[in-house]
Amino acid sequence: MTAIVTRAGFLTSVQELGRTGFRQFGISTSGALDPFALRVANLLVGNDEGAAGLEITLGGLHLRFDDERMIAWCGGEFDVQIGSRALPAGHVAHLKAGDELKFGRAQIGCRCWVAISGGIDVPVVLGSRSTDLRANFGGFEGRALRDGDQLLLGEFRRSQTAATAGISSWTAPHDWARPATRNPILRFARGADSNRFNASTLQRLTMEVFAVSPDSDRMGVRFDGSEMKREDETDLISEAVAPGTIQVPPSGKPILLLGDCQTIGGYPKIAHVITVDLAVAAQLRAGDHVRFFEVPLADAHRLLSERERDLERFRIGISLLASDDSSCSHGPVGRSDNESGGAEGRRATGPWLQETS
Amino acid sequence: MEIIPLGDSALIVRVREQFEDAPEETLDEVLRALQLLQKAEIPSVVEFAPAYTSVAVFFDPIVAARAGAVPGEAFDWLATRVRAAVAGVRDSGRTKRKASQLIGIPVCYDAEFAPDLDDVARHTQISTKQVVDLHSGCEYRVACIGFVPGFPFLAGLPEKLATPRRAIPRKEIPPGSVGIGGAQTGIYPLRSPGGWNLIGRTPVKLFDPQKDPPTLLRPGDRVRFRAIKREEFEALAQ
Repeated sequence: MTAIVTRAGFLTSVQELGRTGFRQFGISTSGALDPFALRVANLLVGNDEGAAGLEITLGGLHLRFDDERMIAWCGGEFDVQIGSRALPAGHVAHLKAGDELKFGRAQIGCRCWVAISGGIDVPVVLGSRSTDLRANFGGFEGRALRDGDQLLLGEFRRSQTAATAGISSWTAPHDWARPATRNPILRFARGADSNRFNASTLQRLTMEVFAVSPDSDRMGVRFDGSEMKREDETDLISEAVAPGTIQVPPSGKPILLLGDCQTIGGYPKIAHVITVDLAVAAQLRAGDHVRFFEVPLADAHRLLSERERDLERFRIGISLLASDDSSCSHGPVGRSDNESGGAEGRRATGPWLQETS
Repeated sequence: MEIIPLGDSALIVRVREQFEDAPEETLDEVLRALQLLQKAEIPSVVEFAPAYTSVAVFFDPIVAARAGAVPGEAFDWLATRVRAAVAGVRDSGRTKRKASQLIGIPVCYDAEFAPDLDDVARHTQISTKQVVDLHSGCEYRVACIGFVPGFPFLAGLPEKLATPRRAIPRKEIPPGSVGIGGAQTGIYPLRSPGGWNLIGRTPVKLFDPQKDPPTLLRPGDRVRFRAIKREEFEALAQ
């Protein structure tokens, strides 16, 4: 029932989809910087989408299991080995007791998310199993993993093996499983304070290339390059910021906020990277070069809806394959809340399976 | 009042433009807006973040779409409902304001806990005793909680005590440290970096993730500091 961290790597933490409901107390979202990647990985191993998994930064994690588990991961370009077997992003592997899972260094991108069937059984703190690395609570003892840590795993349902055995030939779509690129274009919606900048500064945001500074972390990605100076240097009244917000401190060098960002900020918000592109943003590492492209808010919402609709199809596809396996009576469980992918959604699709298979 | 998008999953209701010219009224209005929004139970809304002059509304665009918002019009869909919910915010007679609690916070201003007390006295051209008397002699209000969990930005610092932040922030500040940053005062609940001038320390815990609510203070609360001796600090810290 445990996974032993034989090597923790550069920075590995227990994360799920993030902590909501506590912003008014100054508590950050935390969670997987690319929650979508973790949802996909969880679906592949038959977990609830919100089960706790691991976020690996830059690689180096080695994990040994003392019972059998299904494993999947999504994220940057990593070499992942189970013994002599390679496990590519978006694929499912069955690990036996004693097997060791090894993540190499990131080739492209910076992070990946690992789902383990049964999930990681850490206590729920303030509604979430995610680690708040700044305030040191939640996750595994409120901290990043260290060599020798023993992670208690959630109950392993036999049906999960059967179910995922059925989908072992399945893989997640390429851009879901490996969203990292060295020189991405990030789409953004107009910032809440964009009127504080003059037209030429705003234009430079979309015309120039920004280099990712080494001084970046889970709080935010810092950029070197053209300085986004304001004409009016008066301080703004602090108000809420969010993952995706691009704020401009007095240095003029923009900062793209990520999941561990503060809840409140006083720097002007020049732009907001759209939610679907946070998957790409979470992969940025020092030396990468980024361009920004403005889209209307309506496009951001359409893209998000489309991605959710595609994930819904993926979820249904997996549950059909799982229920198609006569050896198991229970398919993998979808989200436990009332999303349309829940039990009713699956029941409704049952007849369709019989007609087409 | 202005409603503007904060990315694709949140919007900001700017209730007022200024804070400093009428802090009490502004804060009351922001908190009333927060209450009205909470009461409205708008579908897809996940949580709120009040601060000084505004309330941010975080929402899930996917749930909004399920609740009837056309994907390309999710912002307008939500903004319309938010506007309706806070329409009566200026009409203070009809909205009952939840009585904000008054919380006393014991602070030891001894030199050991107050590495910047001399600097503040020098800057404000009064004695350290006068700094302590002024700081612990008035009532503050929590304008917002942020920076780290439970960190209160307190409005109401006597103008006389305003002191610019330190030129070089400290890398690590002990939990409980009470500081002055510009025209505000606040308390560092956790070990963290910070640039405010430290003038004392409280033994009281401001953030505990095992508690509900997890923070001692909430936006709108009234705060008074009470100067305590070292012995009382030790006793309370137990």
